[in-house]
Amino acid sequence: MSETVIKCESVYKIFGENAKKMLEESNGNVDAKTFQEKGCIVGVNNASFEVAKGEMLVVMGLSGSGKSTLLRCISRLTDATGGKIFIEGQDLLELNNKELIELRRNKMGMVFQSFALLPHKTVVENIAFPLQIKGTNTQESISRAMEMVKLVGLDGRENYFPRELSGGQQQRVGIARSLAVEPDIWFLDEPFSALDPLIRKEMQDEFLRLQEKLQKTIMFITHDFDEALKLADRIAIMKDGIIEQLDTPANIVLNPATEYVRKFTEEVPREKVLIIEDVMDTSSKDNLGDLKVSKDEIIENVAEKILTQEKLVGVVDSSNNIVGSIKPSKIIDTVFGGRKNGS
Amino acid sequence: MEYLKKYPKLFQWLFLLIVFFALCFAIDVPETYKFIRGQAEFVKDPNQSVYFFLGKEVRYYAFDVFWRLPPLLGWLPIWINDSLFFLMNEWMPMEFWNEDTQEFKTRPLLLEISRNLTSFMTFLIELIREILLGGLETIVAFTSWDFIDAYPWLELPGLPWTIVAAGAAILSYKLSGKGLALFAGLTMIYISIFGQWKPSMQTLSFILVAAPLSFIFGLGLGIAAYKSKRVEKALYPILLVMQTMPQYAVLVPALVLFGVGDHAAVIITMVVAVPPMILLTILGLRAIPPEVIEAGRMSGCTNWQLMFKVLIPTARRDILIGVNQVIMVCFSMAVISAFIGAKGLGFNLLLALNQLNIGLALEAGLCISLIAILLDKMSLAWANKQTDYFGNLTFFQRNKNVIFFAASFVIGIILAYVGTFIFKGSFNYLFEIPHNKGISTADFWNKGVDWIFDTFFVYIKAFNTWLIQDVLQPMRALYLRMPAVATLVLAVGAGYLIGGIRSALVVAALTLFIALSPWWDRALVTLYMATFGVVISCLIGFTVGTLCFQNKKSAAFMLGVCDIFQTFPSFVYLIPVMMLFGITDTSVLIAVIVYATIPATRYTIEGLRSVPVGLHEAATMSGVNKFQRLTKIEFPLAFPHMMLGLNQTIVFALFMVIIGAFIGTEDLGQYILKALSDKNGAGIGLTLGICVAFIGLIFDNLIRTWVGKRKKHLGIA
Repeated sequence: MSETVIKCESVYKIFGENAKKMLEESNGNVDAKTFQEKGCIVGVNNASFEVAKGEMLVVMGLSGSGKSTLLRCISRLTDATGGKIFIEGQDLLELNNKELIELRRNKMGMVFQSFALLPHKTVVENIAFPLQIKGTNTQESISRAMEMVKLVGLDGRENYFPRELSGGQQQRVGIARSLAVEPDIWFLDEPFSALDPLIRKEMQDEFLRLQEKLQKTIMFITHDFDEALKLADRIAIMKDGIIEQLDTPANIVLNPATEYVRKFTEEVPREKVLIIEDVMDTSSKDNLGDLKVSKDEIIENVAEKILTQEKLVGVVDSSNNIVGSIKPSKIIDTVFGGRKNGS
Repeated sequence: MEYLKKYPKLFQWLFLLIVFFALCFAIDVPETYKFIRGQAEFVKDPNQSVYFFLGKEVRYYAFDVFWRLPPLLGWLPIWINDSLFFLMNEWMPMEFWNEDTQEFKTRPLLLEISRNLTSFMTFLIELIREILLGGLETIVAFTSWDFIDAYPWLELPGLPWTIVAAGAAILSYKLSGKGLALFAGLTMIYISIFGQWKPSMQTLSFILVAAPLSFIFGLGLGIAAYKSKRVEKALYPILLVMQTMPQYAVLVPALVLFGVGDHAAVIITMVVAVPPMILLTILGLRAIPPEVIEAGRMSGCTNWQLMFKVLIPTARRDILIGVNQVIMVCFSMAVISAFIGAKGLGFNLLLALNQLNIGLALEAGLCISLIAILLDKMSLAWANKQTDYFGNLTFFQRNKNVIFFAASFVIGIILAYVGTFIFKGSFNYLFEIPHNKGISTADFWNKGVDWIFDTFFVYIKAFNTWLIQDVLQPMRALYLRMPAVATLVLAVGAGYLIGGIRSALVVAALTLFIALSPWWDRALVTLYMATFGVVISCLIGFTVGTLCFQNKKSAAFMLGVCDIFQTFPSFVYLIPVMMLFGITDTSVLIAVIVYATIPATRYTIEGLRSVPVGLHEAATMSGVNKFQRLTKIEFPLAFPHMMLGLNQTIVFALFMVIIGAFIGTEDLGQYILKALSDKNGAGIGLTLGICVAFIGLIFDNLIRTWVGKRKKHLGIA
């Protein structure tokens, strides 16, 4: 794995008056129920993970699972009650106000569920806002903002007010605003949850296109498991403030760690999520048929071809070396069978 | 029994009323009771009882405690008064450097602070006044009288009215557009041609100081309260009382603290105008979605940037309403503070009313109202203004407003100069049209009033007599017939039934304060006038509001009318009613009704509007007709908001009743007016003001508690 950008070590966020003291007394063994009896609500419970440069970590959880709170701890919109957070090696909780503002002005961008646009500013003014806050002069900030307007495809609407735009368009403004300062770290808090399904799909595709181009380090919050599977490099699934499982989409689908995670994976169409590499057999590389498939293909795309074969199908990597094989029956097995016992 | 279970509240209310009336009938009117003598007058009379408290002698007419409580708080006004004098004249003497005599002098601290404050205010007012009208006070403030004697040409000449008019029009054009520019130009021309230029500019200079200062202080304190719970808790009770305190009542203490004149008027205006500004600032800041704040933080805002670039602009709708209120209060005070020697239109208005010169009063009133509307619209336009980043404008286009103003400045001066030749020996009408030398329509209006009186005298008199003899007098007698104990039981019972123990205690404390003050009878009279006004106002307001709501256009139109009427200073309402009904209670009551109908109408329309569209559609699909929809869906849902309207109506009515004392009523206002000319009036004025404020607060507490519960019940909190 390459350079670590975000690193969390046993992060806790507990709301309530004596939160700090109670956390110290509990020695890291936080039980939500006993805390609640004493008037404290546990938001994030012992979260530890790392995000590498250019990686997209999607945090998935239902409402109240603490996913937004976790994000706000890492952006330090709220202060974590316990634990350590490092941003590019800097201890986030040790930063003073000035350093924190510098960090936000240059390194971080955030997109919000309700868009959070400033109602009194036009599209282009909203996008230029973080630049102007930094002290960039008007002309430069506006011309940079105009570039962002083009990037998110809002040309011609730069002088509209947020209230004159549709939800999807407003979120494009939100995205453009968060990217205006060219941040390295990009936080997205349920950015597409307030949008219609069709618009949401369109925005997801566009988001992937953007990310391919920009290669930011991303923390993406969502309550939509399909969205997580579609976008994520790795997924963290949260429940009651605890990260239940943190792994690649394929591993989560194939090996759900807990009963809670398994419930989500049950209805997932695996052929759309898994790639050949996830199900191939690396031990037998002999007796292959004529057909070769790439290990990075999504199963759905090659299933039909493989199923017409009778012999083993060879799996190749990007330089065309054979790295494994796959039986046609394995495809059927993956798609239809073995749901109850893993795979 | 079944009904009892079904409507327990109804039976509790019935029980309360039965107890109330039983008490009323059980307690007889004492034979010695006469309305006027029920008061603790500060004259000696062998029939009075006396007690001493904190070294103060309090005299009063004693009655059975069930009928009227003894004025146990009678020492309060005297005590407040003495304390004020002590603070001003004796407390903390200190050495201060005196510029004039070039030596140290011993003065009480508070007096020195008050002097410095007032001289600062005076300087600000004079500065603006002299730019508009000319004069030499400002130059003197920087130099000395000797200096100005040596260089008499230094006197500021004042701007010709043509330049001010052009400036106002150009500024309006820049802020809003042609419509407002036209309105501004016409207003200024009207003022000038009708010879109201000087007083208008005096009033304007007063407002241009008072309004921005009130805005800044209100916003600042509002922000402080938003940021710190402790500040908010400290401010809240003051704000609450100030909201319902009649503006009259603050005049008297200010008189003691700051003396007489425009500067005192500015300070007083700030005292009255800052509270609503604070409340609306807090309200606006609280309503900002948390994500917007987070977005600001994530953009790397410092606290300062967050406040002024994110929070305040986002909350600007409520803050604007605050500005609007500030301007309204300023104009209202511009008239009222004429009582303590503020110059300008207000002074002329009061003078004209005093002389019963309705025509003159009408002209002055119209001028104030026009300027008020103009400033209101300009401040709104200013706050909504946008900058355009993409205009590739030429130098001329970018600076056309400045150029136009410079041009009109030159033309104005040339015109004024030419004027000195045209109007040789008489007034230079192109420079400034002197007071009462313009066109005056006063005679026309006065003749009109005379004609109305001559023609309709019989009918007006008949109506007047009927109203006073058959409605008002009996109603007043009924109110005064209430024994103190019965009133207390009614108020506390209502408090308990609506809001439980807490409300009952609050209401009890407020009512007791009034009952123990020396002015219980006057308070009852105030209450009767307010009740009468409120009932009629609500009847009119709810009906008009409901009717206007039936059509989108008429609703918008009605709200616009309410906006304009609300901008009028409260005193202006007295002019037309005095035209018709002369100096009677009827005049006051009609002014009260007109004034208090504004909030009743506004809240009715707003309340009905706020009923969700989905419910409308659901109702329509269940096949209700228009009338059923109104009674079954819209009224029940809009009712809580309409009750808030009732609350406002009560406050408005109380204000007007108190102002009506100017015409001569027998309520608390009359005593406030009396206190103004009383050397020891400060304590009396303040206590009376608090009494009126408490009457308002009793209803405020009851209504708000009820509305809160009701809204929760309906799920629209």
